[in-house]
Amino acid sequence: MRRADTTDPVAGRAAIVGIGETRYAKNMGRTELDLACDAVLAACDDAGYDVADVDGIVSYHIEQVEERELAAALGMRNSSFMARTTSGGGGAASVVGLAAIAVASGQAESVVAFRARNRSKTASYGADPNQGGRPWEKVGAGVSDLRQWHNPFGVAAPAHEMALIARRHMALFGTTAEQFGMQAVAQRFHASRNPAAIMRSEITLDDWRAARPIAEPIRLVDCSLENDGATAILVTTPERARDLRRPPVTVLAQAMGVGPIHVALADYFRTSSSWDERDHAGRHIARQVFGRAGLTPADVDVAMIFDHFTMAVPLSLEQYGFCALGEGGPMIEAGTTRWPDGALPVNTHGGSNGEAFIHGVNHVAEAVRQLRGTSTCQVEGAEVALVTGAITDPAGAVLLGRA
Amino acid sequence: MHPDFPRPLPGPDDAPFWDWCRRHELRLQRCDDCGTFRFHPRPRCHECRSAAATWTRVAGTGTVASFTVIHPPVLPAFADRVPYNAVVIQLDEGPFMVSNLVGVADADLATGLPVEVTFVDLDDTLTLPQFRVVTA
Repeated sequence: MRRADTTDPVAGRAAIVGIGETRYAKNMGRTELDLACDAVLAACDDAGYDVADVDGIVSYHIEQVEERELAAALGMRNSSFMARTTSGGGGAASVVGLAAIAVASGQAESVVAFRARNRSKTASYGADPNQGGRPWEKVGAGVSDLRQWHNPFGVAAPAHEMALIARRHMALFGTTAEQFGMQAVAQRFHASRNPAAIMRSEITLDDWRAARPIAEPIRLVDCSLENDGATAILVTTPERARDLRRPPVTVLAQAMGVGPIHVALADYFRTSSSWDERDHAGRHIARQVFGRAGLTPADVDVAMIFDHFTMAVPLSLEQYGFCALGEGGPMIEAGTTRWPDGALPVNTHGGSNGEAFIHGVNHVAEAVRQLRGTSTCQVEGAEVALVTGAITDPAGAVLLGRA
Repeated sequence: MHPDFPRPLPGPDDAPFWDWCRRHELRLQRCDDCGTFRFHPRPRCHECRSAAATWTRVAGTGTVASFTVIHPPVLPAFADRVPYNAVVIQLDEGPFMVSNLVGVADADLATGLPVEVTFVDLDDTLTLPQFRVVTA
């Protein structure tokens, strides 16, 4: 579904044809490579595509599984394109964006994008700081990078940084902590309908109030889960997609942007008072991704918003243009993001506090299910889905459409 | 101090900030060309890209731009002080910095509180710039 009026060279020239997921769980006791192999093979099987024909590999810059390991394990002798996205969860949607760029420009015919995690809080596997347990806890007795401006004051976990951003939003706009809680409740409801979700039990707003605080106003049930698992997405050309097993999902557009980042709060707050596009990745990305696709936020039927913490959802809704600045909290309170009655259901698989935290690639898989009509919280007739990376990092987004 | 306290190990761009804190002075880089203060330290002015800057003493006063109260899990070095506060201070000269408020109950934390810097010596080599509420 390439729109006739777009001049973007990538828009509509790549399609998602396969999604693959492992089981999502805590302490699975398997290596990231093992998990990645399962997810990649599942994505190829979903598409009816031979993994030996996959000729591109895209992953996150902090991915533990090296391209050569994956290629060796799966016999991917044809790989000719490799790339990684920036900035942790900021790259969530951009793995698909990079794959689409490679396919649309003819650098590869089929690209697999994946993320594999072994991050349960008690997982002991692996010696790298990015393996097993919480990386921020492994800082040790000295910090030489940006962490020297936070860690000596006890600000170390992403939750601590995000709490300071959330409180600022509350002070500037009157957002309430309970509005974050309402998003937590909505996502846990979505997760309760999803057999793949780790958290299958629904919660109420009273449960949110009773949940222990992690960094006020963020409570435990606002946080992404600490779990293991892997997700893979297979992207190819629209022409090749026509022969495959599943109805293809078109990449309508991709965009990336850099803005103030939560690990440099001095800069985040320096720029956040102006809410200028130059200062906020999401606003920059939104203009690009909607412009390239020839669409507007009103065309989006369902959104997968990167939710390392639930407060990222209202901030993203604002920056991506679904409401005015400061209106993200009231938008959630009005039930807009809750399936089935909300006008823009968000994270219908249960998101990172409900289904699993696979750094947002599982959000891409859910967007594909929505456009295939197979979600467990199906938005009737969904034709356009937005998937975003973390709003507080250099980030990216993709718009996906039913072919 | 806890053996795993996350001590700053600054490089050449950052070391003057901590050195001045050790002498109980809050100094920030100020651009020699356009006069903009900047923090965290960096080798160029984000407004005019000049590399020329002077570590300039600031008043040490500001307001609370944001705050949180932190509960477990925390770094091992902070385990015996939970819950504790963390704040973002906007200095009167403009820049923001992360710190802690001392001498204030968690229930009294608020944005907009006027504050002033206070230097807390953790040992012979490390001093943290923390803040306390200014009472009229």
